[in-house]
Amino acid sequence: MTAEQLAAVVEQAVPGSVQAHADDLDMPSLTIAGQHLIAVCTYLRDQQGKNFLSAVSGVDYLGYGEEVAGYFGSERGRDINRTGSWGTPETVTPPAARFAVVYHLAHIGEGPTDRVRLQVLTEEGRVPSVVSVWPTADWHEREQYDLMGIQFDGHPNLRRLIMPSDWDGHPLRKDYPIGGEPVQFTDAV
Amino acid sequence: MSATEHASAPVVPLWQPAQVPSPTPSKIDPPEGEDLITVNFGPNHPSTHGVLRLIVTLDGEVVVGLDADIGYVHTGFEKNFEQKTYWKGIPYAPRMDYLAFFANELAYVGAVERLIEIEVPERAQWIRTLFAELNRIHSHLIFLGTSGVELGAISLFFYCLRERDRVLDLFEMVTGVRMHDRYPQFGGVAEDLPKGFYAEAKRFCHDVPLRIDEYLDLVAGNSVWRDRYRGIGTVDADTAIAMGLSGPNLRASGVPFDLRRAEPYLAYDKMDFDIVTGERGDAFDRLMCRTKEMYESVKIIDQCLEGMPSGPVMADDRKHVLPPRHELQTSMESLIHHFKLVTEGFRVKANQIYYTVESPRGEFGCFLVSDGGPKPWRIHFRAPSFVSLQSTAMMAVNRYIADLIVVVGSLDGVMGEADR
Repeated sequence: MTAEQLAAVVEQAVPGSVQAHADDLDMPSLTIAGQHLIAVCTYLRDQQGKNFLSAVSGVDYLGYGEEVAGYFGSERGRDINRTGSWGTPETVTPPAARFAVVYHLAHIGEGPTDRVRLQVLTEEGRVPSVVSVWPTADWHEREQYDLMGIQFDGHPNLRRLIMPSDWDGHPLRKDYPIGGEPVQFTDAV
Repeated sequence: MSATEHASAPVVPLWQPAQVPSPTPSKIDPPEGEDLITVNFGPNHPSTHGVLRLIVTLDGEVVVGLDADIGYVHTGFEKNFEQKTYWKGIPYAPRMDYLAFFANELAYVGAVERLIEIEVPERAQWIRTLFAELNRIHSHLIFLGTSGVELGAISLFFYCLRERDRVLDLFEMVTGVRMHDRYPQFGGVAEDLPKGFYAEAKRFCHDVPLRIDEYLDLVAGNSVWRDRYRGIGTVDADTAIAMGLSGPNLRASGVPFDLRRAEPYLAYDKMDFDIVTGERGDAFDRLMCRTKEMYESVKIIDQCLEGMPSGPVMADDRKHVLPPRHELQTSMESLIHHFKLVTEGFRVKANQIYYTVESPRGEFGCFLVSDGGPKPWRIHFRAPSFVSLQSTAMMAVNRYIADLIVVVGSLDGVMGEADR
């Protein structure tokens, strides 16, 4: 199913939910409005057979497409050398919001896997939790909360999973300092 | 207090499938009670496969509450990838899951190859397939050996290490190192197979099935082993899918799902092999699935050796592939390419990709977002151990604490991969 067809059926089932759609390199991709996420996920699981949640990934787009990414380390940001010396980089349009939470869904059972990518754009990093739809989302969401600082509303146990429980900051954010940060110690809990 | 008095917690009968607990799948709160004791299990317990910490609440010998805690070997792989050019990420990838190192490399290299749209020569695909299967045998042997150690059966571990050593010898013969080889590279593999590899690998293919026969006798024919593993941590197919289990953990529940078949990558579509499935989805089925998968891996290795096409092992794309070493002495152009690739690296158009391989532990996915620069903007690995260890709580609760060891062992988690 192409992204356009999928967007049409999802839009029909949950009106106003699909903000954008694209046929990516690997699978169709839909951008979903955050407030409709649970409805769309439930629909995809029950009516489209997407019974398997592969992964939940948070992406921080702060400084995406710019020369300087804005984090500590090198004043020239992500480039070792200046632009243009190797290939021709295209100027990238940054997405409308700072954070994207990306869900990869698949079908396990008869027939092809039919993977789909859902993406929720959020400026403040807040999306509803899909634990009620796929219980496997539990740790996936805790990991993204821990490392990326995404708030998953409705998650029953949203605590740090990987970093120590009293850690300061969310390491995978682009504005998290690299090098020179104070060493944090922890009271073992 | 006698044994009968404090055994107030109900023990689940054997074969009863675990249910996804509500509301938190990975943490089960103990009931209110006076005689309960909370034990910190790990992170440095030999049977926890690395540094998994389980906070276990016990009623007598019965586990009534469990909360798993991970992150003790978190080393920030994903953050580190963002600081490295694409090339320099390759040696990093295998160090996550140190038992399935080759599968991790394949996922990363495969994702980048899709993004830069480079054509990998067929011979390289076949060589990768061969080593992916060798690596699967390596990982499953360690699993089989350590699952014995957890029960107190030491001897099988040494037998398994003996065969594992032969796998590593084959790796060493081709790549020069025994583990973490950086052998697959964007566009192919680093070098062609050396002379003598065919004969050595053929001998391996002949010997290993005979050894696995012996191990199966030791495991499946051993009543202690059977009694400890049968009916423990049973999950049915629907629960396994809902909990995101993949690979042998999922196949043990009777779901014949294998990415090598479902979404063929490398040369798997040309290979003839069976998907090993279990029936009941208990710890014993998971154990047998992995053990029997080794036969299939040997079959694939044998087919790779026999049908290996000839040709180049590296794509002819000088903007992404390191030039051959000998050209650096004579060709200015090659020297410049080499310099630019090693210092700046190549740029990748803004895009995103989710690339999966069937690692010995299940679906290992690499989600990569590029921004047009020479380094990944964001990389996220879907680690099968990370996902499967969530199920520890629901499998272990209302069972004896001795069965907890079996549950953790049978899920085959590697903490390096779970924590990244």
